[in-house]
Amino acid sequence: MQKSEAMPLLIPQALPITNAMKIISDAIAGARLAMAGRKSPWGSGNPGGGDGDGTPPPSGVDGAPEAPPEGPKEAPKGPRNPWLPPAGADEPRRSASIEDILRPRKGGGGGKGPGGFNFPPLPQRPDGKSWAKPAIIVALAIWLLWSTTHQLDSKQQGIVTTLGKYSRTVGPGISMTLPWPIETMAVEEVTSIRNDLIPTGEDEKLMLTSDQNLVNISYLVRWNIKDLKLYTYQLDKPNESVREVAEAAMRAAVAEVPLKDAMGGSGRQAIEGQVLRRMQQILDAYHSGIRILGVEIKKTDAPEKVIEAFQRVTAAQQNAQQEVTSARQWAQQVINQAQGNAAEFDKVYEQYKLAPEVTRRRLYYETMERVLSNNDKVILESGGVTPYLPLPEVRRVQPATPATPATPQGAQ
Amino acid sequence: MLNRLFQEQKAPLIAIVLAAVVALSTIVIVPETQQAVVMRLGEPNRVINRFEPGMDFGNTGAGVTWRLPFAETVMRVDKRMLTVPMERQQVLSIDQQPLVVDAYARFRIIDPARMVRSAGSTDRVVLQLQPIFSSVLRQELGKRTFQSLLTAERGQAMINIRNNLDKQAREYGAQVVDVRIKSADLPDGTPLDSAFARMTAAKDTEATTIISQGQKNAQLIRADAQAQSAQIYANSFGKDPAFYDFWRAMQSYDATFSNQKNVGRSTILLSPDSDYLRQFRGKQ
Repeated sequence: MQKSEAMPLLIPQALPITNAMKIISDAIAGARLAMAGRKSPWGSGNPGGGDGDGTPPPSGVDGAPEAPPEGPKEAPKGPRNPWLPPAGADEPRRSASIEDILRPRKGGGGGKGPGGFNFPPLPQRPDGKSWAKPAIIVALAIWLLWSTTHQLDSKQQGIVTTLGKYSRTVGPGISMTLPWPIETMAVEEVTSIRNDLIPTGEDEKLMLTSDQNLVNISYLVRWNIKDLKLYTYQLDKPNESVREVAEAAMRAAVAEVPLKDAMGGSGRQAIEGQVLRRMQQILDAYHSGIRILGVEIKKTDAPEKVIEAFQRVTAAQQNAQQEVTSARQWAQQVINQAQGNAAEFDKVYEQYKLAPEVTRRRLYYETMERVLSNNDKVILESGGVTPYLPLPEVRRVQPATPATPATPQGAQ
Repeated sequence: MLNRLFQEQKAPLIAIVLAAVVALSTIVIVPETQQAVVMRLGEPNRVINRFEPGMDFGNTGAGVTWRLPFAETVMRVDKRMLTVPMERQQVLSIDQQPLVVDAYARFRIIDPARMVRSAGSTDRVVLQLQPIFSSVLRQELGKRTFQSLLTAERGQAMINIRNNLDKQAREYGAQVVDVRIKSADLPDGTPLDSAFARMTAAKDTEATTIISQGQKNAQLIRADAQAQSAQIYANSFGKDPAFYDFWRAMQSYDATFSNQKNVGRSTILLSPDSDYLRQFRGKQ
């Protein structure tokens, strides 16, 4: 059997290098000959059909004699090796067409020539058989493996449908199904918690309270899937439904409480609980397979337009608080002072009672001493003398105030 | 090459193509999420995987079924619960207060054959139901006061709306499962502004009240302290009023005349007869 075509040389470009090596070693003799042949681009290219380097061309170098089974139409042309100009024709050279590449090889053990269904020409195995069959088997095996085994992580579940019909729900781990067109598996994150923040943007979402005031609430809904089968088949848009139900439940809950409760701490908690219950109730009524894990109010604000008034109230509260605090301080001071004074009096009085006359006189003299030593004193004999207060004396004292420096006329 | 292949493999290839065509035109795969109406010559003939309440998935008619090629066509209808959104619209309460309502209704096609005949597709059912929905809602909510609109869920309103809508929806083979108000807001403009004004006024009143209350509380605390200190003084000084008078006078003289801040600013005229100078005169 001759490796008459240069074709194998083209194939390695598209095949793994190891294959290429085998192919090359396998086909080396023939290929070399082909390259050296008269049609080889590396050869002399003698149009006359002579051998450029004198090597005798192996019979059927251009494959023409073996071509006929491919069809009468192509027979005269022979295999269209892109590197070789058509035998004996002056047709212009053309590059390899897909047909050239896909042309079934002759003489391959697996190829079986014209009879069977032709696969693309795969390289030959060392024993001369085609690679086609093993390749197909490997591809099929990969295909089967890929479409029959499924690995789910611990948060996932998969729904297996047999030709559209629900078959089973599989949990985490490795599981098997029939191959693709028959059974399909849709995998979904089930236990992982999803968070929906409502409203999504920075826009105000004003809600009416029972006293017809408005409040801006943003909240977070946490949920996951309770029953994947119901989740998949019951609602057309389950994720959107969660948001819609949350909005309806929150609005209803807020409409039942006055503004004060909606904004205050404990009222908030009550709303959260109520929204959660209500949402679960509605979603259960839809058979949605969704479990609401929690509703958290992130913030409750007054509407932007009245926020100033709310701040005024806060300021007033602080103001009032401050007023009370300072009054308390003052009160404490007054009482302490009273206690101190009373205690002082009590102590002195205790001693005074022991020796009233002496104590009284002592206190009197001591006080007088302090008083008189610090002031000007004039002793007037009573009777006979007209008390006369010289005005300069009065004026003299005035400059003595620390506020104004002493002036000369003050000394008069 | 394909030509060649075709020529060589004519018979099997034709067989394969034929088989594929036949399979495609007879085999119908109905997923769990759909109901299929098989139309024979344009008329609904049978329904596959029709919705039945309480039917467990896997036991319904979903899966592989067949149809006559060419004579029968298959209309697929969603089996899941679908939504009719309502455009935000203004509702006037019986006390003439406007409210902008955003609502949705959930429905399910329970009679696909009828749906196919009357509407053709679920999208068109939604389109048909939308105006009915809004008029039913307006009508029902218009019977109520503004206050009861806010808490419509608590009353009969939503049930009435659902029932009314359901009655109409049945003609399209649909069943209305639930109606919910997603939001009920004051319309922009005067109603909203006056609500804001009301809130501002209420808050201002609150602020004023809080401040005056704070002042009152402070005053009470001060008065209390004064009373308490008066009591302390009385308890203590009441033991000997005469001594208190003397003692307090001494303190007062000290504070007035020997104050370190205004030393020597007073001139004191003393009579030799004064008690202080009693010893000064040298007589006993």
